[in-house]
Amino acid sequence: MKREAPQSVADYGPLFFPAGMLLVFFVVPFGTMIAVSFFQRQQGGFYTPAFVFSNYERFLSVFFGGVLGFSLMLAITVAICCVVLALPFTYLLSKLPRRLQVIWLVALLSVLSLSEVIIGFAWSTLFSRTAGITNILVQLGLMKQAVALSPSFGAVLTGMVYQALPYTVLVLYPALVRLDPTLMEAARTLGSSPLRAFFNVLVPALRNTIMATLIMVFIFALGSYLLPQILGRPQHWTLSVLITDQAIYQSNMPFAAAMAVFLVLVTLGLVALTLLIGRKGEKA
Amino acid sequence: MDTILKKHVSRRTVLGAGALGVAMLAMPSILRAQDKSLKIGVYGGYFKNSFDKNIFPEFTKATGIAVESVAEPTGEAWLVQLEQAAKAGAAPADISMMSQVAMIKGQSTNLWTPLDVSKLPNSKNLIDRFINKYPDGRVAGIGAVAWYITLVTNTDVYKEAPTSWQALWDPANADKLGLLALVSNSFLLEVTAKTFFGGTNALDTEEGILKVFDKLAEVKPNVRLWYRDEAQFEQALKSGEIPMGQYYHDVTGLAASEGHPVRSTFPKEGGIQDSGCWALSRASKKVDEAHIFIDYMSQPAIQATLSRKVGTAPTVKRELLDLNDKEFAAVSSDIEPILPRYDLLTTKADFLNQKWTELIVG
Repeated sequence: MKREAPQSVADYGPLFFPAGMLLVFFVVPFGTMIAVSFFQRQQGGFYTPAFVFSNYERFLSVFFGGVLGFSLMLAITVAICCVVLALPFTYLLSKLPRRLQVIWLVALLSVLSLSEVIIGFAWSTLFSRTAGITNILVQLGLMKQAVALSPSFGAVLTGMVYQALPYTVLVLYPALVRLDPTLMEAARTLGSSPLRAFFNVLVPALRNTIMATLIMVFIFALGSYLLPQILGRPQHWTLSVLITDQAIYQSNMPFAAAMAVFLVLVTLGLVALTLLIGRKGEKA
Repeated sequence: MDTILKKHVSRRTVLGAGALGVAMLAMPSILRAQDKSLKIGVYGGYFKNSFDKNIFPEFTKATGIAVESVAEPTGEAWLVQLEQAAKAGAAPADISMMSQVAMIKGQSTNLWTPLDVSKLPNSKNLIDRFINKYPDGRVAGIGAVAWYITLVTNTDVYKEAPTSWQALWDPANADKLGLLALVSNSFLLEVTAKTFFGGTNALDTEEGILKVFDKLAEVKPNVRLWYRDEAQFEQALKSGEIPMGQYYHDVTGLAASEGHPVRSTFPKEGGIQDSGCWALSRASKKVDEAHIFIDYMSQPAIQATLSRKVGTAPTVKRELLDLNDKEFAAVSSDIEPILPRYDLLTTKADFLNQKWTELIVG
């Protein structure tokens, strides 16, 4: 069947709704943010419309560079951890009987119903000295005395991986279910061990899916601002935390907007770079 | 004759009452009096619940003005909302309880309707510093409630109460403190200045501020948690996970009275006294009702009720209050408080914020 090119305005009709949504919920707010990022901050007040670069200048410093670097590093680490954990899990899940799969998926979806606040407080209790998991280890005789595991980088990472893992599984699941089972069978027939087949056949076959999942989790993790506050020390605060501080507590909207614009640009740049490298790799 | 007269009169009375009743229903001015109302913003959660229960119903009974309370978010989000609504001529609340920094910021855009002190006879009861004025002397807000941030400890971990803010710097307290995470709500610069540099005047110059920052940096190794969320620290303090820090005197007292092993101490340098003002949005048309409300709230008896029921420190002079020593100590102290430098938090806001963030994050 050959698809005909649209002939009249009406043929473009189905595009209007998504385009309108995109305009109202993305283009307009983002445009406003870019505009505000050039406004003049009034210390001890609000802001006045202007076109100044001072907000961006303030951001371009070693200090904020460090925070941005940490945020990106944290998001990338979360993305890698999630995919490394979720890929074998989802693969095994796709091999289970249908009924069990449904139960697992429902359980994972129920994790998504937990708010970030609940996840944060639950983990901070689990990682505490007075009521945390180290107390169990002490009772088992594996540790001498209970210690506090939070606030620390590990605690932040755990919380964020926990939060992002269900998304990762849900994104990987359709691709793994649809994967041609004969691929693995062929590998096994040719004498490959299951582990070898997993890495040499399954992972390369899913390369694009894995890449897309990494990017999705990376962007998801980059926006996190509550878990680093609850589970981390100040040096583990992400740029999103500092943006919140400026916007909510300092009412410095122009600076907050400038930081947010910068964060979006860096993110888009990284995603573009990843896709570019991916495409080059394909050609080779 | 007598009976006829009686009958006559009574019949007239009945008719008259009926006519009056019809008139009452028909007359718009009376109807308006019936729906005299005020929208009042107070911090959501505990504050709003306490005011809804203990203060607003009595006010409505006394004045006939109905109150619709609005939960405000803390921080400056509410100020931003009020400001933006006022630009559009709307007022999400007529009167709001505002922090001192928010008062100064609102002044810069004339957000607050100046109050007429002659309509607020009770405002003379207030301690002078609780009357918030525009630079030209017009009254922008009237002190609503005050509260203290003090040195709090877990009584299981610290058998003896600390006596000075210097305890925060004590190397023995490594990794044991919970402190507020923002320069604008922790007031730790003021504490450092009062404890080590003789008073908050040490913050008058930028050099002085940097010196105070250096001293404050020495606290960092002792801090386990820089908190924005109060519940986070309160929980850790109760369990002994984080056994010392700065926290609200009233809430700590409440937790102690519920049997938790916590105590609040006024250090010898004084507790930090913060406060909120009643302020009227310029977009509000309920100017008269607002004055009645603010005047009502400035009565010593109401301030005493607030201290007893809500746990706030009174904004009126102590000698006017009927609080006994125990009731007064539960919410306040005779030790001269550390007063936040709200002026600096607005004029040097970005400088302080930048230095502060670098101090704790870096």
